[in-house]
Amino acid sequence: MKIAVCVKHVPDATVTKRIDPGTKRLDRSGEGALNPFDTQAVEEALRIKERDGDGEVVLVSMGPERALDSLRKALAMGADRAILVSDEQVAGSDLVATSRVLAAVLEREGADLVVFGQQGGDSDGAVLGAAVADRLRRPIISQVAELEIAGGKLKGKRQTEFGYDVIEAPLPAVVAVSDAINEPRYPSLKGIMGAKKKPQETLSVGDLGLEAGNLGEAGSRTSVLALNDPPARGDALKIEDDGSAAEKIADFLAERKLL
Amino acid sequence: MIAVFLEHHEGELQKGALGVLAKAAQLGDEVAGVVLGSGVKDLAARAGRFGAAKVFVADDPALEAPLPQPRVDALAQLVHEQDVDTILFAVSVLSADVAAGLAARLDAGLNWDLVDLASDNGNLVGKRPALEDTVYVDVGWTGETRLAMFRPGTFDPVETGGEAEVIDLSPQFVDFSTQATMLEQAHAESEGPSIEDADVIVAGGRGLGSPENFSLVEALAKALGGAVAATRAVVDAGWYPYATQVGQTGKTVSPKLYIACGISGAIQHKVGMQGSGVVIAINKDPNAPIFEYADLGVVGDLNEIVPKLTQLVEQRK
Repeated sequence: MKIAVCVKHVPDATVTKRIDPGTKRLDRSGEGALNPFDTQAVEEALRIKERDGDGEVVLVSMGPERALDSLRKALAMGADRAILVSDEQVAGSDLVATSRVLAAVLEREGADLVVFGQQGGDSDGAVLGAAVADRLRRPIISQVAELEIAGGKLKGKRQTEFGYDVIEAPLPAVVAVSDAINEPRYPSLKGIMGAKKKPQETLSVGDLGLEAGNLGEAGSRTSVLALNDPPARGDALKIEDDGSAAEKIADFLAERKLL
Repeated sequence: MIAVFLEHHEGELQKGALGVLAKAAQLGDEVAGVVLGSGVKDLAARAGRFGAAKVFVADDPALEAPLPQPRVDALAQLVHEQDVDTILFAVSVLSADVAAGLAARLDAGLNWDLVDLASDNGNLVGKRPALEDTVYVDVGWTGETRLAMFRPGTFDPVETGGEAEVIDLSPQFVDFSTQATMLEQAHAESEGPSIEDADVIVAGGRGLGSPENFSLVEALAKALGGAVAATRAVVDAGWYPYATQVGQTGKTVSPKLYIACGISGAIQHKVGMQGSGVVIAINKDPNAPIFEYADLGVVGDLNEIVPKLTQLVEQRK
């Protein structure tokens, strides 16, 4: 089975994120990393391939050249090859524009299964899977916490506000996995060494036959108008445990008559 | 006209969606509700009482299960056939997939995670907290159709007692939309004391490291006379029962004291507990978002701190 996993290069969790006041976009110049929510998607794809004993796991991403670092991390986990759409014309793409680019790559790849992570670690959106599924005209199951594939069908168990649903869909299909679906593996040394030699293709918008007017800011249908300070909140206290944290918490509770 | 997607469950319109309806009605112009399902005509009539001037109803067996794609078909048709240019959603597992699919289908802008909406000479402006709520971003739409999703619990429903004009839709479904089928809907029974009424909640997340370590959380909760809660990640991993889950999926709680142990504090968790009085967070990761909204944040090893705290609470109470 051919499995495509959509992944994103996001600012590293240790970097203090900021929005550039000029472009009103997230400043992506600092250290980046593979979106943590995407590691579960990669892991799940690898497990399916390992269970089947054959198949291919293809990574698909859109982002700056630096995103290759994140793709190499996923290749080191065990994915077979990577495709990065890197083009100035896609910068600033919102959901409609991004889903258009990814769908174009996925159409070309024709995978049996497309896997997304739960959400973007930078945008907090959990929307790209369903948007891409609509463009590909394929069924989507989102928030999947347990996935079974047999007889050309996939069965996903997922949590909603009301309990658990079990949903079935025929392949080809799109799933977005929950971050509870698995514990992603760490790349082995051998995996890291081998990742550099795996096929890594960089595509431009022209390679995909897409028109610039449908992409980037021009192709987006949302805009950022202004940045404001958040409403004022009370002073937060943050301490490092030096062995006395439990006492400090107990004192804090006593001061507020919560003990 | 603005239309609000009115999600329903077991014959009840959902509170979050009715809250969004109330907000939309405040913006001035007439607002429509949209009810999609099977055997839902009665529900449609009820939406009038919460501020809808019109209610569009699609009553079709293909809309029986709460699956997103047939709903995308119905809403796309609504935009094409009726005078509707804006659709608002209270975020949920279902509505996020519906809104996202619809954005792609209609090439329409979708802004999510909004906490407010204002009308500026007919131009809608949404307010979206970003970067762990350290920045409030004003967002807009540039296309003809506007889609927006709001954080849960953002607005309260307002009962106006009005009556809505009910308009039937006859949706046509595209081939791929009805391919997914619902095999089971297992709805969690509530078990044990409800966390919604507790004055004190001690909650555990993935940072506990193992299901066994919930005993640390349980002991502290017992010493404080409180209840135990859990995050979605650990509930989904089978560490703790669904009935104790706090967050966007799960319960919304507002205890006087909320102690978060090993919880990173993603926005999905925050929305379930932001009404708490005092929040204390214990986490070994100094960058955990939970510290942004904890009154007291402790960076350290909960395996050391929590048992010591339990002992101190027992001594001092």
